[in-house]
Amino acid sequence: MNDTPEEIAVKDRKMFGFWLYLMTDIILFATLFATFAVLRNATAGGPSGAELFDLPFILVATLILLTSSLTVGLAILGSTRGYKKQTLFWLIATFVLGAAFLGFEVYEFSHLIAEGYSWERSAFLSAFFTLVGTHGLHIVVGLLWLGVMIFRLWRFNFRKTDINRLALFGLFWHFLDIIWIFVFSVVYLIGGIA
Amino acid sequence: MRKPQLETRHDDVRYKSYIVGFVLSVAATLIAYFFVVNQVWPKDILIYVVLGIAVIQLIVQSVFFLHLGRGSSLKSSTFLFSLLIVIVIVAGSLWIMYNLDYNMMQMTPEQMQIYMKKNQGL
Repeated sequence: MNDTPEEIAVKDRKMFGFWLYLMTDIILFATLFATFAVLRNATAGGPSGAELFDLPFILVATLILLTSSLTVGLAILGSTRGYKKQTLFWLIATFVLGAAFLGFEVYEFSHLIAEGYSWERSAFLSAFFTLVGTHGLHIVVGLLWLGVMIFRLWRFNFRKTDINRLALFGLFWHFLDIIWIFVFSVVYLIGGIA
Repeated sequence: MRKPQLETRHDDVRYKSYIVGFVLSVAATLIAYFFVVNQVWPKDILIYVVLGIAVIQLIVQSVFFLHLGRGSSLKSSTFLFSLLIVIVIVAGSLWIMYNLDYNMMQMTPEQMQIYMKKNQGL
């Protein structure tokens, strides 16, 4: 089962290509963060972050996403060792945690919109919805990807390509976690300081 | 019988790395949350403390989860390069917009329109 040097080279190339995509994604998020930071006080007479955000609620969502980052790591370790059941278990755990996080985000958004504080209210809220929504969109794509991989692993046997894809997915998921740490710190914690 | 060997040089990650990274991240998150909820310091200091904790978490997660520094060195150098761009974008935007804000602060909206019309050609 050892990889030939050629296979390792292909795997390295794919890994690096995906890594470059993540780096461009960082820059996308940087522009959104910059926009948010510039507009953070432009509330147009509307509510500020400190009045809107429910910090304990967001803390729970953050811890859920952090835990999903751990479970995806455990799934990758299981896959490189060839343990199918263990890998599947941790992947499903990741999916459940990721879906729970998404549920928190959707609930928060619908709650804000129902109270009349949608992106139309102020420049601050436009920047907020764009930044957090873009992160949520990445989570949705990640969950789709994860669902396909769970199905493949459950239906078929392990293949080398699946293990490599899983490693790429792990990078993606850890990356989203790191982005969220900054959303949590910059948007919610700093924005929540009265 | 030998155990099946699947490990290549990228996969020599151990459970410990993930567990340590996870525990450190949770601790950092809770500490930052505690500081903000209890308003331990005045606002100006608190902002920098929270940002500092976020940067520490970035380092922790890059090392323990993304395994930066292991594998190809291109990974680390592209990462550092994008961090440079991030800093330029974020700090640059804040700097320019703050300056604009500061320079136009004394004007009323009407005065600003007159000023902008006058300097249109610039």
